[in-house]
Amino acid sequence: MTAVTVPAERPPVTPVTGTALERALRGRRLQPAQAAFRWALLSCLLVSLAVLVVLMVDVVRDAWPVLVDRGFDFFRAGLSRTASSAGIGQGIKGSLTLAAIIAVIAFPLGIGSAVYLEEYARDTRFTRAIVVTVRNLAGVPSIVYGILGLAIFVQAMGSILGSPTVGGRSVLAGGLTLAVLVLPIIIITAQEALRAVPSGIREAAYGVGATPWEAIRHHVLPYAAPGILTGTILALARGIGETAPLILVGATTGFLTTSGGFFEQLREGYTALPMVVFAWAKERADFRPLAAAAILVLVLLIFLVNAVAIWLRNRYEQRW
Amino acid sequence: MSQFNPTTIDLTGDRRRHRKENSIRAAFMGAGAVSVLISVGIVYALADGAVDFLSKVEMSTLWTDGWFPRRGDFDVKTLVVGTFLVAGIAMAFAAPLGLGAAIYLSEYAPPRVRKLLKPILEVLAGIPSVVLGFFAISFITPSVLQAIKSDIAFFNILAAGIGVGILTIPIVASVAEDALRSVPMSLREASYGLGSRKMATTLKIVFPAAVSGIVAALIIGVSRAIGETMVVAVASGATGGSLFSLDIFGSGSTLTAAMAALGAGTDQVVGDNAASVSLYFLGLLLFVMTLVLNFLGEALVRRLRQDY
Repeated sequence: MTAVTVPAERPPVTPVTGTALERALRGRRLQPAQAAFRWALLSCLLVSLAVLVVLMVDVVRDAWPVLVDRGFDFFRAGLSRTASSAGIGQGIKGSLTLAAIIAVIAFPLGIGSAVYLEEYARDTRFTRAIVVTVRNLAGVPSIVYGILGLAIFVQAMGSILGSPTVGGRSVLAGGLTLAVLVLPIIIITAQEALRAVPSGIREAAYGVGATPWEAIRHHVLPYAAPGILTGTILALARGIGETAPLILVGATTGFLTTSGGFFEQLREGYTALPMVVFAWAKERADFRPLAAAAILVLVLLIFLVNAVAIWLRNRYEQRW
Repeated sequence: MSQFNPTTIDLTGDRRRHRKENSIRAAFMGAGAVSVLISVGIVYALADGAVDFLSKVEMSTLWTDGWFPRRGDFDVKTLVVGTFLVAGIAMAFAAPLGLGAAIYLSEYAPPRVRKLLKPILEVLAGIPSVVLGFFAISFITPSVLQAIKSDIAFFNILAAGIGVGILTIPIVASVAEDALRSVPMSLREASYGLGSRKMATTLKIVFPAAVSGIVAALIIGVSRAIGETMVVAVASGATGGSLFSLDIFGSGSTLTAAMAALGAGTDQVVGDNAASVSLYFLGLLLFVMTLVLNFLGEALVRRLRQDY
């Protein structure tokens, strides 16, 4: 029997861990370049986010004294020539009214168009024209919508939409202009929500004898509702922040008095929160903190609307 | 044995149900037609006003030393140059930052980081532009620009350009990131399999593969920068008109800001004259420019989708 010698020590073994392997394969060439590249890219993203942070800090820093000093009065007061008595009350009221008009006009039209394009339309020239048109309208600058509003809602339809004292520059005209602006966005997002509905659901409905409308109403729309809702509310948030069309269509930045019931006031003059910000930003220096405070309220309002949209989506989303 | 009577069965169904179906279909079709109506309305309003303007104005006033609508100088090139300056500065910021962010989010970011940072970038997209205009005069000009160049005008084009650039970053990043993510994994894996590391793969394989989408992102960004109104209206001054100038450290105006000034009444002359309808002429110019750019961008995005 041969004696088997067991070696006293084991031969050196390179540990086969991931990092050791990686290092062995990679060698030492040009590692800094890889890391530097990654950091350069990350810093692009971080700079963008840092700008957002700096913006918010700057706004809050300017706005804080106003909110602390004036408090609730700032929210109640209206437009004024003096900085100490000016407030955003009329601006908030105007923005909420505009939002209501946008919701009433643009939501049904937008969702209806999307339903037509996704469920009913066959591939004809008319259909293709609508699709191309909607996509182009979504990219048109907002001030061009202001021109449309000026020409049609203020001048051509001014006597119907506005009371005699405002020469057509009524909140109804402003709301219609913003509704038209927001419409393409609603159509596109609603279309995408409808497209996400599995065709099996529609086909099952047809299979048991449903008409197109019955399939839509009872099966497609409920499934697509969270997505549609989210998209429309986000579009509304965008409409609330728009200023340029309102400048052309006649939101007031000076003195404003309104009277009458809700429906009469629809035909009267108005202002809106972004317009108030614009007017105050361009004023004398003592209006700047007020502008900052108004910006804070505006940004919080838009953030709130976005948060509602996302909450609704998360709450009603279902996996079928 | 039962009789087999091959009578025809009427499958047309309840007539009332069909009528209801058809009227609902017509209602939806009407909703769809509204967007075509809107488009027609825009083109009509612009063309009608532009023709009105050109009929009221002498051709020589379209080439003077500046844009002063109140006294009849309608030098459009001042505004076009101003627009391009602002858009150029904006893209000088938004292109590198947006593309860099897009490449990081698509190629390098761990999923958790991506889930956290991408929504924040979208928050930047939701900020109203008038807020950026305020930011330009309350922070960018005093704290940044005047620190670098102390004799810079308070209202200047550079600050406006930076503000527009900040607004454009999310759009460029979003479209570019979609383009980069749609490059198939197999291309990257083939590159790694041949021994490339991440930077080479990203720069030499993924980026060129997504180039049509990235160019589309830049074009869409330019279109947005050209159409941006409020930042310039607040931050670069020039109400009452502006001289033709290439000085980005001075004040200036763009097509959009001039339109806003006409509409807000600072330049608008009441009454039926050339100044008040010059608004439509500028609007038509702007509309055509953005339309061409958007068409181009969309064609490129479609080409990207077909390649795979």
